[in-house]
Amino acid sequence: MADIKSDALLDLRGVMCPINFVKTKLKLETMEEGEVLELVIDDGEPIQNVPKSIKEEGHKIVEVKKEKEGFFRLKIQKG
Amino acid sequence: MADHFIEDKSTKVAVNLEGMGEKVNFNDLKSGGFIKQRQKDLFAVRLRCPGGRLSTKKLVEISKIADKYSKKGVVHFSFRQSLEILYVDYKEFTNIVAELEKIGQKVASCGPRVRVPTACGGCEYNPNGLTDTQKMAEMVDQKFFGTPTPHKFKTSFSGCPIDCARTKEMDFGFQGVVEPVWDEPLCTGCTICAQACKEDAIVSDPDSGKPIFDPSKCIFCGDCIRACPTESWKAKRYGHTVRIGGKHGRHPMEAVEVCQFLPDGKVAEAIEKTVEWYNANGKRGERIGNTLKRVGLKNYLDFMEPVFKSGEAPLFKAPGK
Ligand code: HEM
Ligand code: HEM
Ligand code: SF4
Ligand code: SF4
Ligand code: SF4
Repeated sequence: MADIKSDALLDLRGVMCPINFVKTKLKLETMEEGEVLELVIDDGEPIQNVPKSIKEEGHKIVEVKKEKEGFFRLKIQKG
Repeated sequence: MADHFIEDKSTKVAVNLEGMGEKVNFNDLKSGGFIKQRQKDLFAVRLRCPGGRLSTKKLVEISKIADKYSKKGVVHFSFRQSLEILYVDYKEFTNIVAELEKIGQKVASCGPRVRVPTACGGCEYNPNGLTDTQKMAEMVDQKFFGTPTPHKFKTSFSGCPIDCARTKEMDFGFQGVVEPVWDEPLCTGCTICAQACKEDAIVSDPDSGKPIFDPSKCIFCGDCIRACPTESWKAKRYGHTVRIGGKHGRHPMEAVEVCQFLPDGKVAEAIEKTVEWYNANGKRGERIGNTLKRVGLKNYLDFMEPVFKSGEAPLFKAPGK
């Protein structure tokens, strides 16, 4: 998949559930519909929980990259 | 044995009550729900709250009634989600029942019968929920509450395999499940589903990142479906895993699974037939788990076959390699 351009970046490595999701939500609220947020979250509990919650709030995960150092890079399009 | 003893005590309470005078209308007390406290003349009045839910309007009215009749001004949330008004004088039973009746609040039950069902939040508002547990509890309460059985008969509904409503400890329990199916063309190989699955039922293919699924490990929680960004994992069907013969108390027993994917529409029939079987086979004072041990699970399963065949375990077509 070609790299999708993002409009904002949020690095949430080391931020625990559910604060990571709340921060994501607050960030998305400042953005326009259709804009893309790049989100960096940890492996483990965050990657188990954050994508589900993002989907439930009606946003779209348009790209997922697993990085070797134990974290994920997600691109989220505001819904 | 222990069960027997306590149930006998409950009968004695009822008998003692009847000697207490004409002022109390004992027809109101038929269903039980009045529990003798250790304090002289005082009873706990247990309200019927299926699924542990009350409207706020009703709760406000109940508060007023509780405040008026509880000598100590306290209520207690019972372990089966019913509200109990404590320290009520038995001479006021008729009045308190009439006042509760006026706001549409019924009193719960004790003794050998189908009890008020318990339930978690389920899919209505709990993120993990797969089934509408509250709706089911309401339905069971309306259809079956108070039906006589050889001993108490407790049911519960959990919305997902986390099983907060403890279906494994119920006489008859229903736990929500979802069967996941994978649609390969939509999959981008992002590996999120393998991360989301806590049961190691999905591992990512080292090259493509796509899921390799081991159905024997799957507990049907749906985490993969909820996590997948591309809707590649989908819900094939929802249902209830049905468990029978569990109980708590002094000698707990774990329920056994008798149906994997019972559809919503078959729950009432499953309870009706199970109660029928229990009444035909159970001895007085015997929980259904012990009846099953004595008579044999096969006898029960043969009887239930017409209902349970609608929820047979899924035949998985393993995706991935
Ligand atoms: C006179 C008979 C009995 C009375 C008045 C009585 C009363 C109560 C009350 C007030 C509660 C809490 C409220 C509720 O869960 O709805 C309760 C819960 C409970 N009772 Fe009893 N009980 C009786 C017999 C028994 C017997 C025979 C057993 C088992 C051997 C038993 C086991 C339990 C258990 C395990 C709970 C916790 C909730 C549950 O697992 O369902 N009780 N009982
Ligand atoms: C403020 C108090 C509580 C909160 C916020 C809470 C919240 C939760 C949540 C969110 C779950 C789902 C677990 C998950 O998603 O992994 C859960 C499960 C459960 N809760 Fe609670 N709970 C509370 C108190 C209690 C109490 C007092 C009990 C028992 C007396 C209890 C018994 C259970 C049981 C048996 C489960 C099932 C799954 C498990 O063991 O992980 N909870 N609770
Ligand atoms: S059983 Fe599942 S749906 Fe029900 S409260 Fe627990 S976690 Fe939520
Ligand atoms: S439903 Fe999905 S997440 Fe849950 S156990 Fe099965 S494969 Fe794993
Ligand atoms: S099934 Fe969904 S979550 Fe799993 S790898 Fe494919 S796209 Fe990602």
